[in-house]
Amino acid sequence: MEITVTVNGTAETRDVEPRLLLVHFLRDVLGLTGTHVGCDTTGCGACTVLLDGAPIKSCTLLAVQADGRAVTTVEGLIENGQLHPIQEAFKEEHGLQCGFCTPGMMLVAKALIESNPDPSEEEVRWAISGNVCRCTGYTNIVKACRRAAAQIRQAEVAS
Amino acid sequence: MYPPPFDYQAPDSLEEALAILAEHGYEAKALAGGQSLIPLLKLRFAAPAVLVDLGRIPGLDGVEAADGELRIGALARHNQLAASPLVAERCPAASAAAPQIADPLVRNLGTLGGSLAHADPAGDWGSVMIACGAQLVLASAGGRRTVPATEFFRGVFDTALEPTELLTEVRIPSPRGPAGGTYLKLERKVGDFATVGVAVSLELDGAGRIARAGIGLTAVGPQNLRAAAAEEALAGAEPTAEAFAEAGRLAAGGCEPASDVRGSAEYKRHVVEVYVRRGLARALEIARRS
Amino acid sequence: MSEGTRICGIGHSVKRKEDDRFIRGRGRYVEDVNLPRMLHMALLRSPLAHARINAIDASAAQAHPGVVAVVTGKDLEAHKLAWMPTLSGDTQAVLATDKVRFQGQEVAAVIAEDPYVARDALELIAVDYDPLPAVVDPFQALAPEAPLIRDEKEGQADNCCYRWQAGDKEATDRAFAAAEVVVKLKTHYPRCHPAPLETCGCVADVDPATGKATIYMTSQAPHAHRTLFALVAGLPEHNIQIISPDVGGGFGNKVPIYPGYVVATAASLLLGRPVKWIESRTENLISTGFARDYHMEGELALDRDGTMRAVRVKLTSDNGAFFADAQPTKFKAGLFHIVTGSYDLKAAHVEATGAYTNKAPGGVAYRCSFRVTEASFLIERLVQNAAYELGMDPAELRRKNFIRADQFPYRSATGFVYDSGDYHRALDLALDKVGYAALREEQERLRREGGDKLLGIGIASFTEVVGAGPAKDYDIAGLKMFDSAELRVHPTGKAILKIGVQTQGQGHETTFAQIVAGELGIPPEDVLVQHGDTDNTPYGLGTYASRSTPTAGAATAVVARKLRDKGRKIAAHLLEAAEEDLEWHEDRFRVKGVPEKSVTIQDVAFAAYTNPPEGLEAGLEGVHYYDPPNMTYPFGSYVVAVEVDRGTGEWKVRRMVAVDDCGVRINPMIVEGQIHGGLTEGYGIAAMELITFDEDGNCIGSSFMDYLLPTAWETPKFETYATVTPSPHHPIGAKGVGESATVGSPAAYVNAVIDALAHLGVRNIDMPVTSAKVWEALQRAGV
Repeated sequence: MEITVTVNGTAETRDVEPRLLLVHFLRDVLGLTGTHVGCDTTGCGACTVLLDGAPIKSCTLLAVQADGRAVTTVEGLIENGQLHPIQEAFKEEHGLQCGFCTPGMMLVAKALIESNPDPSEEEVRWAISGNVCRCTGYTNIVKACRRAAAQIRQAEVAS
Repeated sequence: MYPPPFDYQAPDSLEEALAILAEHGYEAKALAGGQSLIPLLKLRFAAPAVLVDLGRIPGLDGVEAADGELRIGALARHNQLAASPLVAERCPAASAAAPQIADPLVRNLGTLGGSLAHADPAGDWGSVMIACGAQLVLASAGGRRTVPATEFFRGVFDTALEPTELLTEVRIPSPRGPAGGTYLKLERKVGDFATVGVAVSLELDGAGRIARAGIGLTAVGPQNLRAAAAEEALAGAEPTAEAFAEAGRLAAGGCEPASDVRGSAEYKRHVVEVYVRRGLARALEIARRS
Repeated sequence: MSEGTRICGIGHSVKRKEDDRFIRGRGRYVEDVNLPRMLHMALLRSPLAHARINAIDASAAQAHPGVVAVVTGKDLEAHKLAWMPTLSGDTQAVLATDKVRFQGQEVAAVIAEDPYVARDALELIAVDYDPLPAVVDPFQALAPEAPLIRDEKEGQADNCCYRWQAGDKEATDRAFAAAEVVVKLKTHYPRCHPAPLETCGCVADVDPATGKATIYMTSQAPHAHRTLFALVAGLPEHNIQIISPDVGGGFGNKVPIYPGYVVATAASLLLGRPVKWIESRTENLISTGFARDYHMEGELALDRDGTMRAVRVKLTSDNGAFFADAQPTKFKAGLFHIVTGSYDLKAAHVEATGAYTNKAPGGVAYRCSFRVTEASFLIERLVQNAAYELGMDPAELRRKNFIRADQFPYRSATGFVYDSGDYHRALDLALDKVGYAALREEQERLRREGGDKLLGIGIASFTEVVGAGPAKDYDIAGLKMFDSAELRVHPTGKAILKIGVQTQGQGHETTFAQIVAGELGIPPEDVLVQHGDTDNTPYGLGTYASRSTPTAGAATAVVARKLRDKGRKIAAHLLEAAEEDLEWHEDRFRVKGVPEKSVTIQDVAFAAYTNPPEGLEAGLEGVHYYDPPNMTYPFGSYVVAVEVDRGTGEWKVRRMVAVDDCGVRINPMIVEGQIHGGLTEGYGIAAMELITFDEDGNCIGSSFMDYLLPTAWETPKFETYATVTPSPHHPIGAKGVGESATVGSPAAYVNAVIDALAHLGVRNIDMPVTSAKVWEALQRAGV
């Protein structure tokens, strides 16, 4: 069936099988390979994207369910050629190692900071508890999320 | 992992959805938040001919207080309920349970109704509904009926729902006096199903005695269980530590856990005892503050 | 800014170069590789743990629209590909022909135009099985009446896959006979799984015109895999290119060769089209390299005053259906004989027996150097129990028996030569940082009060052995465990470094550039590090067992020094000075006593191509194969404080102080990150990670719903500190560090929980330490 999903601001209309998972729509139909698959049972969060701004696991949503809705992937974090403060912070704080969980973590961080501009360590840990990282032990991911929040607050004060 | 092929229907109205279910019966499966169903499709444990996506139906996710009840639409999402001040005020047990379900991302899609209809004996919502004395509204093309939560669950993944019916709403009676409630869940990590869960709801009368106690148990039987003996022992009693301890013992005695990788039956029984005791104490605290 | 910080060589927390692509979602993992006309493969796996295959009917699958081919073991047999060698010298079925020997074993493959269709067609393959009794317990497997699992193997009359021993049995037995105190511990280090977030997979692309096989593969050891592919498939090695692009975590899981790689390559060869195979998570957990599964009976002999005399271990390993441990040939139980740990023990003996069972093969070192994790766990648990037995403080007992700083290099009772260490300093720092005395007081107070909350303090003072290894002792499948680096400095002074190891997140593209910066003065941003492509890098054995820095890191330093030596000749020519009158300073040669008279490495590089001195070969490049003279021995002390809820058995880490000494730290930020990760995986193993089986051999732990990985919520908050004791034999004094924390920390967590309950008589709880097991231990103790 034909669906239209707005992905990173661009309306993408495609004819898809109803059983196609959103993650495969993004990766295989649109070629956006920054969204990864790490498990089969909604347990790891490597496939996290934002659906109308809220983080969800794109391996547990059919592409047809996203018809008419907006999806943000890691490729959509860059705006006007500029890295998002979250991307900068993940690099600055060494919040990634193998990079496989990173897109999902950053998208959760984006949604978190939008609803809570100054999250505590506990709040960050709670927010990312649907996403598994095997490399970092989370310590630096938490730091990166809080650093990004601080940067965004500062930028808002400045503007 | 890849789901099997199916025919996909996304009705715009409840009537249309019920008509599709009436036509296809057992061949059809309703898709709400999909957080249980889609993994089952991917693992090919489920292969419905027709998938009826309820996500396009407006008005099924409301939360409102009316006629002495808290009414929650079946498509209300877990995170929506966790954040709802109305739920926090009217049903603290639900408010406590919501953020403990699955993980934060799953809670953005998973729904109350989907979880109840799925009827996993390790699901959290069923115990809350039992503890709070909720009524479940079931609709079909032929009309509506209301089933108490205590009669809704029939066994492992089995409910009072006919294949042609949808769960559309839950109605939780609002307490008349000071009341409190909570949900205690023992899980091995965030996102795990409960090893043991205990939902408690406590209502006091004017004299400070227990007017009504509701206790629902998770993952210690083929379905969410009502700790009936404990509830009965508490009704009309003074809310003392001794009464709570006795309720814990009664609840532990009445449940039917199975030994598995999460722990032995004996252990789970013990946790039920501890959690019922602790849950009642917590509920009392909330009730006295309210 | 000083010149030193400008160059950012050794010791600088340089931000990682590789991050620029990952934070943009532009990493390139195997699953991201899509080639024209690519097909997709799915594997049919056995639902039974042990069964004879009578027949396989694939006709319906073959006829299914979109299916291009179905491959069975019979098809592979025709090409002599039905079996392949393992890394431990055994053979393993690629696709089962005679029997299936574990649940999840590969039985057939469907190759289709679309991955959904390939999956659909699996259900159309009918396999007629005759179930056989499954053997799931290694002790039952070794019993005389047990059903024979490896009946196809010539000369194999029982289920024993190896017997091995290390140390001096007589001396050890004598020490035990004379011992005043003997402490025993029987424990199972359970089967767990590295579970990197990216599963295994490949895209095999055999060009029908040239016969060249290009295989994109999730590999921690691409060169070794290429050689094994050449040997298994009979393909000419120069016509095989293994490319291991970005790898989404490995932790040992991506060291072995799996049947899927072989079948996909064979299918591509057969069909003349690229074939992609990507495992599901369940496939990853039920069929690829598991870890541990050691049943250990340890004994420690001591004097009444706490002097430790000897350690004796009898261990039984559960190796699954094929002996596929990834470890050096000589050592059938890996480096388990480092079980003397950080202590000056005069005698030690290890006796190991391996059992075939109807379980997945593997035995990989999950973030570990060949079984050092099991050894470290055992000795650190024994020492704590010995302290209880003697009524001594566990920290004090350790301090009394540590190998002293002045004893290094130290030859252990089982023959290891520890290169350097200062164990007292590391433990003292950890105890100080955690506030040990105050915690002990609080522990006492809580015990007196008798409430539900108990406090426990656990210590682990581990010593690792990493960086295999000296070629005379260490090889895998015959390939000696040296490693390599090739460095090319271009005319403008920018460089490319090619290494034989392969990063899976460790940050090689940054740290190896820093080694070049430290040796040659070329800033890290001017050094491109390449790895993981066998056509494009010098031979090496790959990244696992914390060997990259000890081997390829050393090779990098040495090759850079070779170029510097050549550069000196060019600099002398440019400065019109004698070589011996020049001194090296950070990034330049200076005339001694006239520092303003200098040429930079960039000047030298330019001259190497534009103005080389007469008689000197042009260019500035070199290669070095480094054979380490010894392993490196990182160490550390971890102190954990846990709170235990006596009511439910739940426990929670309150403090986790980790002092690590890995010698010289190339990039402290990256080292810290490695330690955080290891502490977390160690916590996962201690608390929740478990693969187990029911009596029929059905795997429990086959998805992330059962195989539990800690999230940010459960993971402790770490407090990390460093001491620095350089390795005396490594060119830059560095030791491996990627695995120290997984090796050292499980014992610290478990010791802490046991310590909370020790006054009640609890002495052991096997991992994973679940709340249920804590409660059961309390029940047994009569509480």
